[in-house]
Amino acid sequence: MKKIYPNAAEALDGLLFDGMFIAAGGFGLCGIPELLLGAIKDAGTKDLTFASNNAGVDDFGIGILLQTRQVKKMISSYVGENAEFMRQYLSGELELEFNPQGTLAERMRAGGCGIPGFYTKTGVGTVIAEGKEHKDFNGETYIMEEGIFADLAIVKAWKADETGNLIFRKTARNFNPPAAMCGKTCVVEVEEIVPTGSLDPDHIHLPGIYVHRIIQGDHEKRIEQRTTRKREEA
Amino acid sequence: MPWDRNQMAARAAEELQDGWYVNLGIGIPTLVANYVGDKDITLQSENGMLGMGPFPFEGDEDPDLINAGKQTITELNRTAYFDSATSFGMIRGGKIAAAILGAMEVAENGDLANWMIPGKLVKGMGGAMDLVAGVGRVIVVMDHTNKHGDSKLLKECTLPLTGKAVVDRIITNLGVLDVVEGGLKIVECADGVTEEELRAATEATIV
Repeated sequence: MKKIYPNAAEALDGLLFDGMFIAAGGFGLCGIPELLLGAIKDAGTKDLTFASNNAGVDDFGIGILLQTRQVKKMISSYVGENAEFMRQYLSGELELEFNPQGTLAERMRAGGCGIPGFYTKTGVGTVIAEGKEHKDFNGETYIMEEGIFADLAIVKAWKADETGNLIFRKTARNFNPPAAMCGKTCVVEVEEIVPTGSLDPDHIHLPGIYVHRIIQGDHEKRIEQRTTRKREEA
Repeated sequence: MPWDRNQMAARAAEELQDGWYVNLGIGIPTLVANYVGDKDITLQSENGMLGMGPFPFEGDEDPDLINAGKQTITELNRTAYFDSATSFGMIRGGKIAAAILGAMEVAENGDLANWMIPGKLVKGMGGAMDLVAGVGRVIVVMDHTNKHGDSKLLKECTLPLTGKAVVDRIITNLGVLDVVEGGLKIVECADGVTEEELRAATEATIV
């Protein structure tokens, strides 16, 4: 089965529908599926629910889908960098479900592993625990969180081979593997598709079983907080 | 004279033991990295990295290499990368020895509030709830009072909690306090700060 598609629009063809649930990789603007997000914007799919750690900035990342009012709900841990997001949220146009970052990552991983619920200490005694099942194990209280089962996962990796085996680069890995795992279908954008057999099988970060469609493209890879130090004078 | 930001960070660095894996929050906690000296400390960045290095030299920034504050950083020869589920697995699993983080309020029973002010813009808790629930030791570094001069060490938190009874030690500009049975215990006062001054600035019960 051929997994390689010529561009983002064709890779998403037949997968998008109004009201769907999408899991997206990325942390801030690092390792986000920017080409696939652009194609979803162009497709005009509406009432989307996104599980994504962040919501991008106003003109990049998921932010571009907020501008066009395509997003109904976000499941995120931190949304502080996006003014349009705040405006829509405060006016009631956009639903927001805060998840602690590790809970969100584990919900994705669990969903991908066929685990519908798990117990965690994170959030016990806070608003996050309200309405959730509490259970004691070995004298400590935990709350139940549910696995995420998304209609679609959109993911950014560094390299893929033709069978979809993926390698990520540095901290751009972040939420991409768990997001990929929890999607019924997973579409991946990479910087380079390499011939099958050219990646060391011991160095695969995510095996191709999780990957259904792949595109290669040019990425802007915007930096959110450029921080540097001075070179010391020799 | 109360401690300044750098003196608070230096005092917090004394808490770290050789060989520890540590997560540093944003703000003053970030400065702690400047004061670890010869100790073998590995810094975790919860977006998926152990062995976080300093900021890059100008021109060496890599968009694929950032910390949890989304700042460009560098790697070290010991660095390892991993995904977010693995990252919070090591946090939730108690593998990270300590987290040093800022706070808006700490209560005398160790309750911590640092993620949300109702009625104001809510940005989210990020990884803070996972960190305080999972790491071995939670050390708060913050100013002793807010900008109105009110104590940030309270009998009970007024803001929504990040974690319940999670704080072990508090380092402020006025001194160091531990959360113990019945309230807070003064461990030391900042240079030139008397115990009376520290008590007067503290709403929480001091035992």
